[in-house]
Amino acid sequence: MTPKLESSIAEGETIIEMQDVNKWYGDFHVLKDIDLTVAKGERIVICGPSGSGKSTLIRCINHLEEHQDGKITVNGTLLDKNMKNITSIRREVGMVFQQFNLFPHMTILDNLCFAPVWARNMPRAEAEETAIRYLTRVGIAEQKDKYPGQLSGGQQQRVAIARSLCMNPSIMLFDEPTSALDPEMIKEVLDVMIELAETGMTMLCVTHEMSFARSVADRVIFMDEGEIVEENAPAAFFDNPKVDRTQKFLSQILPH
Amino acid sequence: MKDTTTSFQPSPARPAPTRQVAAISWLRSNLFGSWFDTIVTLFITALLLSFVPNLIQWLFLSATYAGDDEVCRQNGGACWPFIVEKFQVLMIGVYPQDLSWRPGLAGLALLVLAGLTYTDRIRGVTLIAAWAILPIFALMMIGGAFGMQEVDQSVWGGLMLSIMLALVGVIVSIPLGILLALGRHYGSPAIKVLCVTFIELLRGVPLITILFMASVMMPLFLPPELVINNLLRIQIGMILFSSAYMAEVVRGGLQAIPKGQSEASLSLGVSSLYTVTFVIVPQALRHVLPPLIGRCIALFKDTSLVIIVGLLDFLGMIKGAALDTDWLGFQAEAYVFAAFVYWLICYSLSLYGRQLEQRGPNAHT
Repeated sequence: MTPKLESSIAEGETIIEMQDVNKWYGDFHVLKDIDLTVAKGERIVICGPSGSGKSTLIRCINHLEEHQDGKITVNGTLLDKNMKNITSIRREVGMVFQQFNLFPHMTILDNLCFAPVWARNMPRAEAEETAIRYLTRVGIAEQKDKYPGQLSGGQQQRVAIARSLCMNPSIMLFDEPTSALDPEMIKEVLDVMIELAETGMTMLCVTHEMSFARSVADRVIFMDEGEIVEENAPAAFFDNPKVDRTQKFLSQILPH
Repeated sequence: MKDTTTSFQPSPARPAPTRQVAAISWLRSNLFGSWFDTIVTLFITALLLSFVPNLIQWLFLSATYAGDDEVCRQNGGACWPFIVEKFQVLMIGVYPQDLSWRPGLAGLALLVLAGLTYTDRIRGVTLIAAWAILPIFALMMIGGAFGMQEVDQSVWGGLMLSIMLALVGVIVSIPLGILLALGRHYGSPAIKVLCVTFIELLRGVPLITILFMASVMMPLFLPPELVINNLLRIQIGMILFSSAYMAEVVRGGLQAIPKGQSEASLSLGVSSLYTVTFVIVPQALRHVLPPLIGRCIALFKDTSLVIIVGLLDFLGMIKGAALDTDWLGFQAEAYVFAAFVYWLICYSLSLYGRQLEQRGPNAHT
């Protein structure tokens, strides 16, 4: 297998495009006519009440969830049921989960080397080198021989971010990365995410960390009942929400 | 660290309470805690006193360690020379005596590999490969290969046969069981139905029935050019029976793995095959280690049923030895020895299982 084609999409061009995407869980209409275009290098925060379809939306982008209607194009490839092209898209799209989902039976180093070795056929030595580089970047290289269960939640989430970065993705998806963390650990994870944003990574974050949205996001998207209700630049979004539902939501989550 | 004007000084931790247990107080709290405990203790003590001294007397004190059956009969205790005399027959059955070094060598290989495994000297792929090669090596040594004199399977017997049946049974049925469990858990509806049917069919039938089918009925249905020898048919029967149970054990492990594990692996772009092989199955097996070892022990003990279809395994040879006219009347010794050997092997297996559980990530958290 050849190393990945350095994504041919230039900075600022469209990297993700969703057109009229609809999804149902049984009778429940979870995504309604979603239209979303993301440019390369853009940082987007998605917020909204629970059950509004935020997680489902980003999980459609790497096809962990299947959409039933509409078109999703990622990195120039149309998502369909063809498994082979889905695997190659997933290599380009990193994902960080609320529950970290590290592999508990592997050491930290093995967690990071697993995908490069088995999905990119990278030699083990090279994979380890990459892994150490990213572990150093998230500040936990000295923990490389431990098992995930021996680390704190914040450390585990940083490992999870490093694990995704080892695949050298062009897009990173974050599904409530700080929601399962103790309060004192949220900052260390957000710091890593901010640093990542500064490198120009395309990021889609489902999060309720409004300070993060304000300082990092290019655009904030508000979802409710499966629809994109409002999208705007963070300053305008927080200071002048246009829609009632957004106002109500913001008043509930922002400190008084 | 920089100095601060006031700093929090935690008071030193209190020492943990120590348990000072004198013999008397231990007895009082554990054996004579209440009037009911006292009655139970006294009753069990009386029971033990009624037979343990006699047992020790028979097993060791008045036992005969050297001599022939005449000496044994005079002494009245257990007759161990009988076991010594029959030892070779019990181990390898009626296998040609001049070739006995061959199963001996295979047995030695088994012991060495077991030792290496137990002490954790080999692991991973090497471990799996070594255990996969061992039965092939043993079969070649016992059956004859590379120009060595061939020994027909009809004279294979004794403990050698029991261990062979169990070893091949376990080594083949675990991977088969994993495949069945995966088929039942993740497979398409058609595969699921196939796996469930197979598993429920084999679990619903006693092993003896399967052995009879393999030994007596299969030759009636199979075309004559497909005739395979009796031992192999019985081995296949045991493997299929065991794999159905293994599958259900492994499936329990698969159900315990959170969905996030496969999602994390798939989202990294790892294929489903590698995700199952390296993320799901290793974790599932770790969860079900105790029942898995339990199934291995059960399979080893189940090999004693093959006597019913005419194979002379360890227990078969014990039975034969007890009927020897020179040594009539010493069958108790034979069965005590059989029980001891079965216990020794099964207990080693469970010791290994316990040691495995203490290893690995679970031990550190």
